[in-house]
Amino acid sequence: MLMLEKRPSPSRFWNWATPVLAVVLTMLAGGLMFALLGKSPTEAIRTIFWDPLFGEFAWYFRGQLLVKAGPLILIAVGLSLGFRAGIWNIGAEGQYIMGAIFGAAAGLALYPADSRLIFPLMVVAGAFGGWLWAMIPAILRTRFRTNEILVSLLLVYVAQSILASMALGALRNPDGGGFPGSRNLSQWASSANPELIAGTGMHWGVVAAMAAVIAAHVLLQRHILGFHIRLAGQAPRAARFAGVSPGRLVLLCMGISGGLAGLAGMFEVTGPAGQIQIDFASGYGFTAIIVAFLGRLNPVGILLAGLLMALTYVGGDNAATNLGLPAASIQAFQGMLLFFLLALDLLSNYRIRLTRKEAA
Amino acid sequence: MTELLRVEGVTKAYPGVVANADVSFAIREGEVHALLGENGAGKSTLVKMIYGLVRPDHGRMWLRGQDYAPQEPREARAAGVGMVFQHFSLFEALSVAENVALGMESPPRLGDLAARIRQVSEEYGLPLDPSRMVGDLSAGERQRVEIIRCLLQDPRLLIMDEPTSVLTPQEVEILFQTLRQLAAEGTAILYISHKLEEIRALCDTATILRRGRVVATCIPRDRSAREMAELMVGAVLTPPERHGRPAGEVALEVAGLSVASPIPFGTALKDVGFSVTRSEVLGIAGVAGNGQDELLLALSGELKAPRDAVRIAGRGVGDQGPNARRALGLVAAPEERLGHAAAPDMSLVENALLSGMVRKRLVRRGFIDWGATRAFAQAIVAAFDVRTPGTFVAARALSGGNLQKFVVGRELSQEPSVIVINQPTWGVDASAAAAIRQAILDCAAAGAAVVVISQDLDELLEIADRFSALNEGRMSPPRPTQGLTIEEIGLMMGGAHGMEVAHHAHA
Repeated sequence: MLMLEKRPSPSRFWNWATPVLAVVLTMLAGGLMFALLGKSPTEAIRTIFWDPLFGEFAWYFRGQLLVKAGPLILIAVGLSLGFRAGIWNIGAEGQYIMGAIFGAAAGLALYPADSRLIFPLMVVAGAFGGWLWAMIPAILRTRFRTNEILVSLLLVYVAQSILASMALGALRNPDGGGFPGSRNLSQWASSANPELIAGTGMHWGVVAAMAAVIAAHVLLQRHILGFHIRLAGQAPRAARFAGVSPGRLVLLCMGISGGLAGLAGMFEVTGPAGQIQIDFASGYGFTAIIVAFLGRLNPVGILLAGLLMALTYVGGDNAATNLGLPAASIQAFQGMLLFFLLALDLLSNYRIRLTRKEAA
Repeated sequence: MTELLRVEGVTKAYPGVVANADVSFAIREGEVHALLGENGAGKSTLVKMIYGLVRPDHGRMWLRGQDYAPQEPREARAAGVGMVFQHFSLFEALSVAENVALGMESPPRLGDLAARIRQVSEEYGLPLDPSRMVGDLSAGERQRVEIIRCLLQDPRLLIMDEPTSVLTPQEVEILFQTLRQLAAEGTAILYISHKLEEIRALCDTATILRRGRVVATCIPRDRSAREMAELMVGAVLTPPERHGRPAGEVALEVAGLSVASPIPFGTALKDVGFSVTRSEVLGIAGVAGNGQDELLLALSGELKAPRDAVRIAGRGVGDQGPNARRALGLVAAPEERLGHAAAPDMSLVENALLSGMVRKRLVRRGFIDWGATRAFAQAIVAAFDVRTPGTFVAARALSGGNLQKFVVGRELSQEPSVIVINQPTWGVDASAAAAIRQAILDCAAAGAAVVVISQDLDELLEIADRFSALNEGRMSPPRPTQGLTIEEIGLMMGGAHGMEVAHHAHA
């Protein structure tokens, strides 16, 4: 029979091999699902994974890749710090929305002024909005021991309602003829977050994501705070012994992840999205959770995972339009990726052994 | 008396280690048989085979002349073998009767069971209220629950794994009376211990194990404790040497320390007060669960108290965290190695950083000096003879004794002025334990004030200048160790904890 045996030390090989294996298994299981939907599995997989990179319209898709990957990576890096410390911020989507609202509101308050300082101000306001929204579950947890998973998740729905109210009310474009949605921030020079290099999809949010990856890498590898974050997640009592204050760590990790999610929302609303709109929220905050785990909560891994996830988004859209696959099947496909990853995760800490039932 | 259990040529190997090699011995009915050996000698593996938890690779066992090869504890219990483990498996939030019912194949109605428990407990002089919550019981009373759980099954052989490690001397005496009564009724008792005087007082025969082999069988009453110790260890033991004498200056002062326990069913500290001078070793005894963990947390800084409740060299630190106290020279080593003193999945280097960063200056402006940390970890490994392939291995890959050497070594290598250690040699073999004790005494000789919390009375009597005990969160006033009698120590530990003796006067 099959037995799981705990490894004395986690396996380095499997630590990196499981994401690859998870991707392969997702392709197999996803292919089966597409086949059951009556589509050619190979064609579907090719449309999702190959065409956006090397197909006929790759010039368009490649730009889209960074546009999608930027916010995913930025949010996931922040989340990964908390996840490593055992602090579960599930509400990055809400913080992302609040960052966009705060950032946009700060800019729109000054419209139509022309100043180079407006965009930096909006960046700060966006980070602040996300941070503020994350402080609610953080403070409730440290003061009243509420569960941050539930509180942060439920605050997503509150943020979505605020978003709708903003698009229809306070932030609605006065010159928009009564249509919902704010002014287009990407068309106002002071607030625009443009593509920095034409055709690459690179905007300030992508730059921020790269900076966050590097900063998180240095933090975790070399800084005592990163050590304390890892320690708190692995052995909470040892962390107290090392002088870590659990409450402070909750505030810090929630704050960082909220701030980064807010930044992502702000860069999105000023760039690719352009305006505060009812349907502004696109699920980046939730997908980033998958990205964080797919990247093994490691900044460099998250960078790769973010790009891969962006590929399934872009390729998935491509497959939906070209092959007529239902959007839900693309979401199921992404869900499979997380499922296989988590299921295979135990291989890095356990080995599978074939044993006969011991005879007396 | 007729033979009850015979074990012949039993061998059990685990990857890399032979736990038992060709072990043979026999127990007669009504005999109290000691299984003696130091940690890692193979006592536990041997009794686990008898109790059906582990299956031998080779060898045979007979119970009352019948082939005996239990596949699981259930079979062993059905054959009349019961076992009381060193670590209790009880649910604190359930009553005594509910706990007993949980261990039964087909438990009777709770009311009937409670009556049975009461009856058996009175018969054997182990009074116990079946309706009480286990979380409220003392360690000795919890052990009674485990014993009664076994007795309800009418065992022919009762295995007791280090039963006295959680008892005061008075409670030990009560337990021994019960065991003698059981033996007189024909129940055989297999008694595992490394405490020689106990074995001389209680057991009829002793089988001595060393490195998995039987090295001797003897009648304990005819041998001196020293002779048996040398058989057990296989070498002549040298007691640790003392040098420095306490010098007047007070290094650690605790006054009016009262804190609630952060541990569920833990024990609050009540008005604890003492002081320790430089070069002095204060030993704090007590049965497990009487506030030892809480005292360590309150001294290390993990549990905060009013500022002046804890003072290091005259400075109030009661409201300061662990790192502020480390900066003032206090180091602490908690009892639980994995998960508290060390992070299981982190390397020894990372674990060296865990508590060494303040005093060894391993962090500069927030950034970790990994080179210096690695050197610190290597220095600990070298100085304390930690057996490991390297400092890169995870803490959980080390054996208990080696990890303990690393953890204690990490604290002692920081030139501390105050040392607080809970259970310094728990689960460590005799030679490693001697090395740890010597290292503690060397630090004291170099001027450190030392607080050793331990459940091992022999250890405390060996190294402590002054002696005190924790009992239900209160601490007895420290007294000079020299001249203390075992009875006095027992009373400091709380006597029999209100566990009245009810032994019948029958043979």
